[in-house]
Amino acid sequence: MTASRNLLTIKGLKRWYKMGDEIVRALNDVSFSVDYGEFVAIIGPSGSGKSTLMNMIGCLDVPDEGSYVLDGLEVGRLSDNRLAQIRNEKIGFIFQGFNLLPKLTAIENVELPLIYRGIPHKQRRTLAQEALTKVGLKERMHHRPSELSGGQQQRVAIARALAGNPPILLADEPTGALDTATGKEILQLMRNLNEQGHTIILITHDMEIAKQAKRVIRIQDGKIVEDRGNPV
Amino acid sequence: MNLLQGIKMAWKSISTNKMRSFLTMLGIIIGVAAVIALVAVGQGTTAKVTEQVASLGTNLLTVNITGRGAATALTFEEAQAYADIPGVQGVSPIINGRISAKYGNVVKSVPLEGITPDYELVRGFHVQSGRFITGLDIDYRQRVALIGTTTAQNLKLDDPVGQTIRINGQSYTIVGLLMPKGNSLGGSNDDKILIPITSAERLLRVKGIRSIYIQAETPEMVAPVKEALEADLQGKFKGSTTAYTVFDQQEMLSTMSSIANTMALALGGIAGISLLVGGIGIMNIMLVSVSERTREIGIRKAIGAKKRDILLQFLIESMVLGGLGGLVGIMIGVGGASLAGRLTDMSVSISWSVAVFAFVFSLGIGVFFGMFPANKAAKLRPIEALRTD
Repeated sequence: MTASRNLLTIKGLKRWYKMGDEIVRALNDVSFSVDYGEFVAIIGPSGSGKSTLMNMIGCLDVPDEGSYVLDGLEVGRLSDNRLAQIRNEKIGFIFQGFNLLPKLTAIENVELPLIYRGIPHKQRRTLAQEALTKVGLKERMHHRPSELSGGQQQRVAIARALAGNPPILLADEPTGALDTATGKEILQLMRNLNEQGHTIILITHDMEIAKQAKRVIRIQDGKIVEDRGNPV
Repeated sequence: MNLLQGIKMAWKSISTNKMRSFLTMLGIIIGVAAVIALVAVGQGTTAKVTEQVASLGTNLLTVNITGRGAATALTFEEAQAYADIPGVQGVSPIINGRISAKYGNVVKSVPLEGITPDYELVRGFHVQSGRFITGLDIDYRQRVALIGTTTAQNLKLDDPVGQTIRINGQSYTIVGLLMPKGNSLGGSNDDKILIPITSAERLLRVKGIRSIYIQAETPEMVAPVKEALEADLQGKFKGSTTAYTVFDQQEMLSTMSSIANTMALALGGIAGISLLVGGIGIMNIMLVSVSERTREIGIRKAIGAKKRDILLQFLIESMVLGGLGGLVGIMIGVGGASLAGRLTDMSVSISWSVAVFAFVFSLGIGVFFGMFPANKAAKLRPIEALRTD
């Protein structure tokens, strides 16, 4: 296990949207921090602000107020291009709907973040192959998403997130589009990855899934209402 | 992301949508093919015409009299006097007209020229059988005629020399058959009847000479002879510069090239318009493509594509569309032009510099018209892009 070292710190984070005349406070003064090697679940009902929080952690969005330090870097006021670079290097996204590019084969999908990182072809292939092997899809490397089952597609997506070896894997309802059995497999895979040292932040509305994590942060109405360790 | 990677990505996207890509390129294809083919035909024609003008001889001068007031022509004697200008080798005054020629039952309308013996030297027409028109024919207004090969055929004259034909009702004896010369600017050189200029004056009921061909001894003498002619004509027409024109072949050539330039400009205009339309087609499809692929753009941005990467991706895609359209257009244009050259008697000269220009231009069209859609894609915000289906 990696020694306890701070990975991200969020302090007094606020984000609001204007809906007509009304201001919706999606996040209202959220603070917490995550260390390397943790497996954190962020749980909350829909409309609680968990998606907004995920966008913040994933550097897809910037806060209106408060600070977000990721891997020693203050993200708050960076340019779009810098944010893109941080997403590329620090964050591995795993989406509910897999979000693979349908025209590309599994390995090409996994290579994609490495292309944007500017890694040369040969090394890219090797890294992508390693990542696909890790998720157990070595044999299906050259299949397109349409030729893979839901669970396999999600594995490809996880491989894509892993390929660049980012410090955080950020999973948004990773089992939402899968049946229970496949969902369990995917969760098991994520637990294994966590045991190998990957930090995982899992966003879900399902307590059963959140139970798989070692720590659960419950969010409601834009505020953290509970932050506790999970007895495994 | 490097350029090669971008081109690979673009190719993938184009090749998965073959029909649409082809239709998108069609505007560019048609535009480029049209330019290549039209320029090939235009340049071929220009080259042929220039060659013909040059073949008339570079030391030829043409005097045309349009007249001023009562003085509308030169007399035969005035025209012949130009032979005394230093440097002049031959003077060939001409009277033109159209007559009806009759042999047996056949009547044809034929161009007629009244000539002098110098015509042979100055215009380069020779007889293949019989004799040319002589000074005596001129002096005694002989009713003799030379006949072109086409005219002879048209009048069904198998052995024309020695036969008598009727020209506007008057009998003329054919004394010579001209050698075939083919076609030139003014139409067929072989469909004509030549008679002594003095006879022509009476036959056509014209008084005076309106056009004279003058041959200088050397190309260098053309300029001084021209000057002398102009000085003389200026005196005769009391300073009116519109009453006459003196043309040399050099001027003829530059007129030709200015016609060719105008033609090129017109073709360029057509090309520009069709390529513009093609470019708008590309922009249209690229805009559709951007909104169709919003989610893809969102995914790419989420996993680390910068604005520049997305911009480049779509820009390269439209550039490849433009370039590919250009290439196919060049192939079709070149193929079509050479086919036309082979199947018809059009002269075709394929210009590779125009082909290269057309290719580069269509690449440029792709870039230019891809700019707006690509920029639109690059500016998409990843969260919103990911939210769309």
